[in-house]
Amino acid sequence: MKLPASTPDWAALRADFPILHQLVHRQPLIYLDNGATTQKPRAVIDALVRYYERDNANVHRAIHELSYRATTAYEAARARAAQFINAASPEEIVFTRGTTEGINLVSYVFTPRLKRGDGILLTEMEHHSNLVPWQLLARRTGAQLLFVPVTGDDGLLDLARIDDLLGRNVRLFAFTHISNSLGTVNPVAELCARARRHGAVTVVDAAQSAGHLPLDVQALGCDFLAFSGHKMAGPTGIGVLFGRHELLDALEPFQGGGEMIASVQFEQSTWNKVPHKFEAGTPDIAGAVGLHAAMDYLDGIGRPAIAAHDEELARETFARLGGIPGIRLFGPPGERGGLVSFALAGAHAHDVVTFADQQGIALRGGHHCNQPLLRKLGVPATTRASFYLYNTPEEVDRLIEVIRQAAGFFGR
Amino acid sequence: MDLTELYQSVILDNNRRPRNFRKLPTANRSAAGNNPVCGDEVTVYIQVEDGRIADISFQGAGCAISQASTSVMTQRLKGKTVAEAEALFGRFKEIVTQGTPDEEDLDLSAFAGVHQFPARIKCATLGWHAALNALHGEAVTATTE
Ligand SMILES: Cc1ncc(COP(=O)(O)O)c(C=O)c1O
Repeated sequence: MKLPASTPDWAALRADFPILHQLVHRQPLIYLDNGATTQKPRAVIDALVRYYERDNANVHRAIHELSYRATTAYEAARARAAQFINAASPEEIVFTRGTTEGINLVSYVFTPRLKRGDGILLTEMEHHSNLVPWQLLARRTGAQLLFVPVTGDDGLLDLARIDDLLGRNVRLFAFTHISNSLGTVNPVAELCARARRHGAVTVVDAAQSAGHLPLDVQALGCDFLAFSGHKMAGPTGIGVLFGRHELLDALEPFQGGGEMIASVQFEQSTWNKVPHKFEAGTPDIAGAVGLHAAMDYLDGIGRPAIAAHDEELARETFARLGGIPGIRLFGPPGERGGLVSFALAGAHAHDVVTFADQQGIALRGGHHCNQPLLRKLGVPATTRASFYLYNTPEEVDRLIEVIRQAAGFFGR
Repeated sequence: MDLTELYQSVILDNNRRPRNFRKLPTANRSAAGNNPVCGDEVTVYIQVEDGRIADISFQGAGCAISQASTSVMTQRLKGKTVAEAEALFGRFKEIVTQGTPDEEDLDLSAFAGVHQFPARIKCATLGWHAALNALHGEAVTATTE
């Protein structure tokens, strides 16, 4: 396949990722499990090493030079994250362990604000990490979970149902931006606008979009948005929760400990300002520094270009897999995120993944933390190829060839 | 490692055409097994008469290793006592964990390649766990996690 000539030199960018240059099972590695986690460029790895070799200290605690440097670096990462998603101020950025912790934080601090009979609206395509925390919140408060249906294999939300659902006393509406198992790109701004008309608070799971598309939380109009550093060329262990300032300010803390307090007495304490109120204990300082480097790296290339590149590879894969007899493809045929999920008749996803792995291709097989959705679609597991900026058209060619071989090898 | 070492023809064949793949109307024991991470599932049905497995069948869905190993198992367990079934499972576990084929049991030995894929051992033993639970009269679902 051919991509239209575009500005970034994608092939040259591969040189930035040391891990890509190795053989796996005696074949050149083709890494197509970016939906699970992405690889890290040299710039991010170097930032981590530099931080630990030169600047490491605890933040916001001591007044010595290293602590000053660590604090400055940590807060610079926060300011960079605010700019990265166009938050109104760095105070709207809470550092977390990742998307999962961000969603758990919101679901926890909303406990005192929900009561029996309130609704929590989700969609049928949510990752377990944007489902189970809400199940727990529903159990704690007696609130009811409601779901926007997915229409079928094309993986679209049934938008016609949304106003009716939002009208059922819905207080919170949590949904994913890009589905990790279908590739669907949901219309976030429209969903947020509709939720606002019904007075519902919105929580956007941006795990699969933050490293791929430009994000502007003010234009999207969301109240909360969560993402993970490790899915956007950054380190594991760090993530971001954006929350609108007035909401963060009004909510009670999540965890208690150091950093999050203003004054502590034996019997009670008062809370630090946002966002520190939500960051108890020593944070992942190095992670924040690494994430800062990742955001710089991505913007050095340009997120619109990355999004176009990933989508182009995914569309090409979708179109060409469609030519394999007995294949079932999931997700929309049109606009999609940079991933493709499929099931082959007669070949289980885990066998396909093992088969591809032996040819050096890393894929994901399973329910992708979307068990209820796959059950609804009547498929026990799918195989997923997910792309990132360092993947090439030649890798897509090789993927198609290997999936064809797998279909023949296992096929009836 | 060659893929055909893991996916021997016995495995591919039993996956494409699973043997004894049906419900067993005469069953007096049954047990389900599932592998929550992969989504592999099997239900094993057994008719026990005078302490022997008079008939055995299964139904399920999952990877080739899990489905083929359960299919092969049903063929190998017919006519066995509970103690013999346990001994055979012991031998099978050795084959899939150590990779030591058993010259006298070519069908079970087809799964020797599994030992090089530690994540897949639980696929190979899923049906066996369900069968032994059924024989022991345990109604619980076997999970290999
Ligand atoms: C859509 C979606 N939401 C949430 C998560 C959870 O992310 P993390 O495990 O980094 O918290 C993932 C990643 O697995 C995801 O794909």
